[in-house]
Amino acid sequence: MSDPVWLDRLRAHTVDEAWRTYDAVQAGPEGLNAFLSVDRSARGAETGRLAGIPVAVKDNLATLGLPTTCASRVLAGYVSPFEATAVRRLREAGAAVIGKTNMDEFAMGSSNENSAFGPVRNPLDRERVPGGSSGGSAAAVASGVVRIALGSETGGSVRQPAAFCGIVGIKPTYGRVSRYGLVAYASSLDNVGVFGASVAEAALGLEIIAGHDRFDATSAAVAVPDLTAAMSAVNEGRPLAGLVIGRPVEYFPATLDARIAAHCERALQQLRELGAEVRDVSLPSTDLAIPVYYIIAPAEASSNLARYDGVRFGVRATADDLGAMYERTRSGGFGDEVTRRILLGTYVLSAGYYDAYYRRAQAVRTLIAQEFAQVFASGVHVLFTPTAPTTAFRLGEVSDPYEMYLSDIFTVTANLAGVPAMSQPIGTVDGLPVGGQLMAPHFGEATMLRVAAALEHAQRAERMS
Amino acid sequence: MTTETITHGWELVIGLEVHCQLKTRSKIFCGCATSFGDAPNANTCPVCLGLPGALPVLNAHAVELATRASLALGCTVHDTSIFARKNYFYPDLPKGYQISQFDRPLATAGAIAVGVQPDGTPRVIRVHRVHMEEDAGKSVHDRFADMSAIDLNRAGTPLVEIVSEPDIRSAAEAGAYARRMKQMLEYADVSDANMEEGSLRVDVNISIRRHGDAALGTKTEIKNLNSFSAIERAVEIEFVRQCRVLTEGGVVEQQTMLYDDKRNEVRPARSKEGSHDYRYFPDPDLPPLRLSASFVAQQAEALPELPPARRSRMLVQYGLPENDVEQLLATRELADRFEAVASASGDAKRAANWMLGPLLASVNASGLALSAHPVSVARLAALIRLEVAGEVSNTAARQLFTMLEQQDGEPLELARAAGLLQVRDDGALVGWIDEVLAENPAEAARFLGGEQKLQGVLVGLVMKKSKGSADPKKVNQLLAARAG
Amino acid sequence: MSVTPNDVRHVARLARVGLTEARIPSLVNELNGILAHMDVLQQVDIRGVAEAAAEVSAPLRDDALPSDTLQRARETFAPASRDGFFLVPRLATHGALGASASEEA
Repeated sequence: MSDPVWLDRLRAHTVDEAWRTYDAVQAGPEGLNAFLSVDRSARGAETGRLAGIPVAVKDNLATLGLPTTCASRVLAGYVSPFEATAVRRLREAGAAVIGKTNMDEFAMGSSNENSAFGPVRNPLDRERVPGGSSGGSAAAVASGVVRIALGSETGGSVRQPAAFCGIVGIKPTYGRVSRYGLVAYASSLDNVGVFGASVAEAALGLEIIAGHDRFDATSAAVAVPDLTAAMSAVNEGRPLAGLVIGRPVEYFPATLDARIAAHCERALQQLRELGAEVRDVSLPSTDLAIPVYYIIAPAEASSNLARYDGVRFGVRATADDLGAMYERTRSGGFGDEVTRRILLGTYVLSAGYYDAYYRRAQAVRTLIAQEFAQVFASGVHVLFTPTAPTTAFRLGEVSDPYEMYLSDIFTVTANLAGVPAMSQPIGTVDGLPVGGQLMAPHFGEATMLRVAAALEHAQRAERMS
Repeated sequence: MTTETITHGWELVIGLEVHCQLKTRSKIFCGCATSFGDAPNANTCPVCLGLPGALPVLNAHAVELATRASLALGCTVHDTSIFARKNYFYPDLPKGYQISQFDRPLATAGAIAVGVQPDGTPRVIRVHRVHMEEDAGKSVHDRFADMSAIDLNRAGTPLVEIVSEPDIRSAAEAGAYARRMKQMLEYADVSDANMEEGSLRVDVNISIRRHGDAALGTKTEIKNLNSFSAIERAVEIEFVRQCRVLTEGGVVEQQTMLYDDKRNEVRPARSKEGSHDYRYFPDPDLPPLRLSASFVAQQAEALPELPPARRSRMLVQYGLPENDVEQLLATRELADRFEAVASASGDAKRAANWMLGPLLASVNASGLALSAHPVSVARLAALIRLEVAGEVSNTAARQLFTMLEQQDGEPLELARAAGLLQVRDDGALVGWIDEVLAENPAEAARFLGGEQKLQGVLVGLVMKKSKGSADPKKVNQLLAARAG
Repeated sequence: MSVTPNDVRHVARLARVGLTEARIPSLVNELNGILAHMDVLQQVDIRGVAEAAAEVSAPLRDDALPSDTLQRARETFAPASRDGFFLVPRLATHGALGASASEEA
């Protein structure tokens, strides 16, 4: 049997192709600025499922040759002496890691405007943001430089940029992909995620990097299923017959942009036509998710970022005494959003506030996770929602921190519950992409991708007709 | 004012915090070696260096040893315990936090006996908790001008922290607790437990109150104690200081103090910048540690014989006085060696005497470790067997011991070559007796006539003639037989 | 619970982030603004919420397994090193006692 069309297309996009596209889109004052470093000599290997295929890696994943800066001044020029497991697996599959992509500093942001090395522009509209924090990887795929890229997710940092840039972005189940080598932002929420130009390509990337790793104690000892098997199946008949798609009402509030809502309803209708049953469900604690997230994530971040002290690696400010060295290194090295979250996180963990904030937030988080479990246990296989409440906004448009946080309102729940989730294009509004989100039970990636592939096929068919 | 006057009426309340390094091959959260004395930072990796992206993974053997330590101290080992981050900044703390345990420790509620009360019941100090944590690295401040040098070889070494209840009431008791704790940990084979080498570290929390008061006074913490006697000295000094402060109407400030061994002083540590808020929270990189009942039972099975049980058994098995047994139990190595010598020689009493006397004296004088001492188990046992068999006299045995310290070779051969073997051959003895009687006719006649008290003199003369090699027992027998 | 300028100074000290006085007022506003949204959590009934999933437990590593090796010498990423040590400026209040002053913490 010959290889599927999507695989042929992936392989046809060579490293040389990648550089041609790169030079075109990065150039000029309105260049995308999607990459922080590149390796023009990367060729990959001759064998392996990704042999010779160019990929991009978010700059918070440790690589051996290229620097790992997390888009922060505090790590400017830092070259890691060890490699992230996810990156190693890509390389061992033959991929050519052609560069490290720009991001919000230490993965804190929803627009890629928090990078110490300049913002990333959305390839579809250079005046707009690509989303964040994995904006660079999303732009690299959306602009056609690469067809597969790694990002990271803590509150939606792969799905939201995927929605803003009109591509596919997957957040796996927490523990599905090793975090060894992923620079920690919020350890209980962080995931390595995958962008793809199509569902199949993103699925392939995920399949290669997933699996247990002895260097990550939160890595799940669960077998990785074949995630690309369903990709080639043609949508004949009713391929999703027997599946129940849940539509959580809290994700479709009256305030949701009517045009985004319309695209979602159209997608749900397509899913019905593919044989699935669509059922309204409720996740009542959804509106608590942002407050919960913005207590837990900064708290863990404040601890994870304590190691950036100039002692053993990274940038060090000059000082005659240790205390001054710490303060100058960190105040000079961290940007405003990172500083804000470190202060917030330190505050909610500090004596007198731990119970009221951190402990309480963790309890509410458990409630949120339980609600997901209950919905999935009630016979629902997959949930469908919008990915983001807006399309890509303009650079500089959103300045209030909390307003920026609300961009993650539909995505943070999956990080809090640890469930797999993904975004795929389901239409445009004023020429800007809209993303539809799928969520599945823990380790339910195979079913989620099956639904995604079918929906993608239906969307493509509709566009062509 | 004398010390007695100042401290009169004040009760001393002490708790000890012991940090003990577990003797695993590798560190608690990574596979780096825990070995001692290697080049600075030779035993490091991304994890114990705290590099971006590194993650901790718990060492199974550290869990086993920590569980055994907890069981040896009579604690309840919990089926679920949680690792927590203790956040603070210091250059030898790579991640900017220490992974420890906070409100869900490995074990709680144990105790250790430190002696006997006047009424004969055991004096028991309770152990509040045992928890696991990682050690920090080392800072060296005097090697380079104006800079501190950081060595992270020690960072990540597995520790158990053992916290006592504030049950201790005197400096001597504090020293006794520390000694018993070391002994217990060493016997449990979980640690080298050596204060001088740093595998056992002791901090003292000390406060005072009026006798009869239930409330605890403000405590100070004393660190940098490098020996058991330092503990006792530091406690005495701080007790007097606190009594003086309160007696004069002042207030004891909560602070950390350091003991200066050279000057025998207890001084406030200067690096305190306000109180620490460690902002403990459960470490999200480590799921809860869950231990099954069968795992805990296995660790109990794996425990070697601990001092209380060993004490009872040795008292019964060897019939030695309590004081001897206590001394032999001082270290597990000594106790093991004693039992080996007792078994190989067949004479526990002699084995005890030789080991507690000449051998320990020799070990102390030579500066060698017991295991490296030339008078090995086999050779000492052989010497004792010669003694028991009457092949050498007590005096000759002492000479032989000295020879064993200085030379190789089997005791029998050395004794023979040096003419130390007792002569018990009747022929030779009779010969010497005849000579002595002949040379001392007056005494001979009186002895043979019935003056028994002359026997000792005559035996002495025979011993002299034989240059000490005659077996005095046999000589006595033969002379007595002559007298009829 | 309202954040004061002293709270921000205190927390900045704990986190060693070295804030200038000029930044304090805006940070006070920002943090209060963010924390105001968290108040909704105070109303949630969290009694009876179970702890973390019972089946998740810490995996245990064999003592004999090696660590992940450094692919590049320490000197290539250390800001200051000599004779194998990492060098840092002296802590201003540091005394000569104690091999590891972290024991003072």
